[in-house]
Amino acid sequence: MHSMFNGDFGIVLVNIFLLAILFATGVAIARMRSLFAIVMLSGIYSLVSAAWYVAVDAVDVAFTEAAVGAGMSTVVLLGAMLLTSRTAKPEKLFFRLGPMLVCLATGAALIYATVDLPALGDASSPANAGVGLTYLQVAWFETGIPNVVTPVLGSYRGFDTLGETTVVFTAGLAVALLLGFGERSLAERIRNESRPGERKANKASASSDEDPS
Amino acid sequence: MNTDHHVILRVIAKMLIPVITMFAFYVQFHGDFGPGGGFQAGVIIAVAVILYALVFGVPAAMRAVPPVFTRSLAAVGVMIYAGVGFWAMLQGGHYLEYQALFHEPPGEHHGQHIGILGIELGVLCGVSGAMLTIFYAFAGRVAEIRDEDW
Repeated sequence: MHSMFNGDFGIVLVNIFLLAILFATGVAIARMRSLFAIVMLSGIYSLVSAAWYVAVDAVDVAFTEAAVGAGMSTVVLLGAMLLTSRTAKPEKLFFRLGPMLVCLATGAALIYATVDLPALGDASSPANAGVGLTYLQVAWFETGIPNVVTPVLGSYRGFDTLGETTVVFTAGLAVALLLGFGERSLAERIRNESRPGERKANKASASSDEDPS
Repeated sequence: MNTDHHVILRVIAKMLIPVITMFAFYVQFHGDFGPGGGFQAGVIIAVAVILYALVFGVPAAMRAVPPVFTRSLAAVGVMIYAGVGFWAMLQGGHYLEYQALFHEPPGEHHGQHIGILGIELGVLCGVSGAMLTIFYAFAGRVAEIRDEDW
C-alpha cells in the first residue's frame, strides 16, 4: 500500500491523465462537424501529445511536435479550411461502418503489437542495446557535443538530415507549384489601393482590410 | 470612429513577435547543449512571421517577408547544407565528414562544431523558407476571381 505513493505512482497518474485527454480529444474530433473546431482540437491534440513526450523523456520529439504539430500544421489547416466550406457533411450511418471497422481492426492490431514491446527505458531493449548504446559511449569523445541527439542527427546521420531538409524543401516547392506562390493576394491589394473608391469585399482581402496603414 | 476591433491582439502580437524570434535563435544556437536545433528553430521563425500575417494581414506580411525571399531562402538552406559536405570534400575528407574540415586528429572537435553549426544553419533556412512558402501558398490564394478579371 505504501509503495503506491512513491515516484512511479505519480508518473503513472500523469500518463493516465495525458492519455485520457488525448482519447477525449480524439473522440471529440471524430464526432464534430465544424471544421474550425476540428482544426483547433487537432492543435490541442498535438500539444497534449507533446506534453506526453516530455513525460516519457523524449524532449526533442516533444519540441518538434509542439512547434510543427500545434503551431505550423494548425495554421496550414486553417488556411486550407478557408478555401473550402466550414462544416463537414454528415455521413449516412451505413457509410460510417467501413471506416469504423478499419479503425477497430487497426486499433486491435496495435494493442496486440504492444504486448511484445519492451518496457519504457528497458536497458536490454534493441533501441538501447545496439547502436544507440554505441552513440552514447562514443559521441562525447568523437564530437564533443553534450546533447547526444545533435551529433546523431548532424554527424552520424548527416546524410539522413540532408535528405530530410531536401524533403521539406521539395514539399514547399510542390505546394507552391500546385497552389501558386500566393502573390496574387498581394497584387490584389496593390490594385485595390491604387483605386481606393472601389474596394471589393472578397474572402482574401477580408483580413487585409484591417491593415492599419 | 475607430473600427479597429483587434487593438489588443495587435499590441500583444507586436510584443510577442520579437520574443518568439529571439527564442528561435536561442533554440538554434543552443541545440548543441539542449533540446532543439535547426528544424525546430526554423519552424518557430516561420510561426513568428505567420502570427504577423494572421494579425496584420497576409499582404502586410508579404511586404515584410516577400514570397520571393522565402522560396529563395528554402533553396539557399539546402545549398548551405550540401555546401558543408562539399567543403569537407575539398579539404580531402568524405562528403559531410566534419573531422576533415580543419584536418584534425580524432579527439579534437573544432571541425565538428563548425560543421554542425553550418548544417543547422542550412536546416534553419531551408525549413523556415519552405514552411513560409507553404503558408503563403495557402493563405495568399484569392478564393474567388473577380468578375472584372475575366
